[in-house]
Amino acid sequence: MSLQRLWSRGAIYLVLIAFCLFYLMPFYVMFITGLKPYEDLNVTRMWELPDGIHLDGIKEAWERVAPNFKNTLVITIPAALISSLIGSMNGYIFAKWRFRGSDTIFILFLVGMFLPYQGILIPLVRTLQVFGLYGSQVGLIMVHCIFGIAITALLFRGYYAGIPNELLDAGKIDGCGFFGLYRYVLLPISMPAFAVVLLWQFTSIWNDYLIGLTVLSSPRLAPINVAVQNIAGSWSVEWNVQMSAALIAALPTIVVYLALGKLFMQGLLAGSLKG
Amino acid sequence: MAQGERGRAASPIRVALRRRARWLHGDTALAVLVLLPSIIAVAIFIYGFIVWTGYISTVKWNSSIEDYTSVGLENWRTLFGMERFRWDLRNLVLYAAAFMSQCIIFGFLIAVLLNQKIKGEAIFRTIVIFPFAVSGVVTGVAWRWLMQPTTGINLILQRIGFTNFDFQWNADPTLGILAISLAAGWQFTGYIMALYLAGLRGISDEVREAALVDGASTYRLYRHIIIPLLMPVTFTAVVLTGMGSIRVFDLVMILAGPAFSTDTLAFHMYQATFGQYRWSLGAALGFLMIFLSLFLVVPYMRSMRGEVER
Repeated sequence: MSLQRLWSRGAIYLVLIAFCLFYLMPFYVMFITGLKPYEDLNVTRMWELPDGIHLDGIKEAWERVAPNFKNTLVITIPAALISSLIGSMNGYIFAKWRFRGSDTIFILFLVGMFLPYQGILIPLVRTLQVFGLYGSQVGLIMVHCIFGIAITALLFRGYYAGIPNELLDAGKIDGCGFFGLYRYVLLPISMPAFAVVLLWQFTSIWNDYLIGLTVLSSPRLAPINVAVQNIAGSWSVEWNVQMSAALIAALPTIVVYLALGKLFMQGLLAGSLKG
Repeated sequence: MAQGERGRAASPIRVALRRRARWLHGDTALAVLVLLPSIIAVAIFIYGFIVWTGYISTVKWNSSIEDYTSVGLENWRTLFGMERFRWDLRNLVLYAAAFMSQCIIFGFLIAVLLNQKIKGEAIFRTIVIFPFAVSGVVTGVAWRWLMQPTTGINLILQRIGFTNFDFQWNADPTLGILAISLAAGWQFTGYIMALYLAGLRGISDEVREAALVDGASTYRLYRHIIIPLLMPVTFTAVVLTGMGSIRVFDLVMILAGPAFSTDTLAFHMYQATFGQYRWSLGAALGFLMIFLSLFLVVPYMRSMRGEVER
């Protein structure tokens, strides 16, 4: 390796490490601040490690957000499951049962997915109020399922489009109809797609703030991100509690991302239609 | 060809399929039926509601009592005359410029560096995309602490020699919005990087080698070959980050600065509607956001059409 090449390789690694420090910095600060006791929250020593592991901040934060953490699970898991099932059916139809106008419908789904929710919120709130679903977890689950129709259909459609038609023809010869083909031919080989879609939906519903805030903001029932914002927005200076609450809110998606990063990437790239 | 078709049609399997075709037609009807609830849901909950929002923006519903008395374009005139609305537009421009360039320049740069057969590439990649796994609220809370004027980033900069550095970040009365775009870019760059990295991996080595054989420098290789080849990715990145600029809300909620210095359309919409019960004014803002987004969504869908109708 020539000297010049050594230099340029070294420079590349240095720049990459600098970027990584930038992207890790907020996590580092959240982590060390969360582990400090209230007395040690000194602005001049913000970057220094805590002098030991103090769990007061995390305990206090957990006491305040635990109900919301459970609420978010109660909302996110059913919503992710139901919307994945709907998406799988719709993706199957868009990929394998195209009829006149189905491509147009698909594009209209996608356009809808992109538009900001602010143009939808007021009628949404009014409609949920009329049906008695405003301020209820069922209402929020339903809204997440509806807003998930497009992205889940997109991801499943892409996956099913890659499955050769010959496989379905074989199923047809065996006497399978619309549901039979889905149930016996596609569903058994759909697990990779389900994993990607479930992961994607879980992450985006867990991380939602706007819809939870407008549809389900009562402190006891609200999802976790609303609760964390309430703690942060109360102008309290208990930074250790704030950081701990943020860490608790981030933990499930961080764990999922680290454990299943590859699936996360697949969703990221396949769903590059989504913002 | 025609003979071939006839030949295939004569095979017993084809005959069986043809016979089934009429019955399959019933199956297509079934497919439409299964899709129907989703079509209705999207038609009502997205498109119907957008039209409804547009309608609300033309009525007198600016108190907690629902009032559908038509007032024409009065809400729109009110909106366009508001000082706060001018701040929203100014902030949209500043935010979009800063956020989009941060995501696209950093995203592209990191992707190019990661594509140089780096040891530990997976670790670097995981770290850069990491912020995208957490919510906007978590991002905001962490950055609010980092942007405290008396500590955080300022403290580090003062320690390393910039002793006079005392930018107020999100609390700055004129440039606070840029602090918010920095936090947003921190979160979203990894996504753009992943798109560019996938794009770079899609360019075959032969293209590079051919260029290098022709004596192109690395700079010329990127300037005249790689960057033009990646234009579709850049287009996607512009659309995604542009869309993110129009709708930014979570971060503003947490990092809001003094007066309207960090106000955005989405934040204004939320406060007007759910804070002041000026539903019709909020509807005008929401509808405007949809309208602005269409300038990005429609060209994007046009470019996607080939892919969709494969």
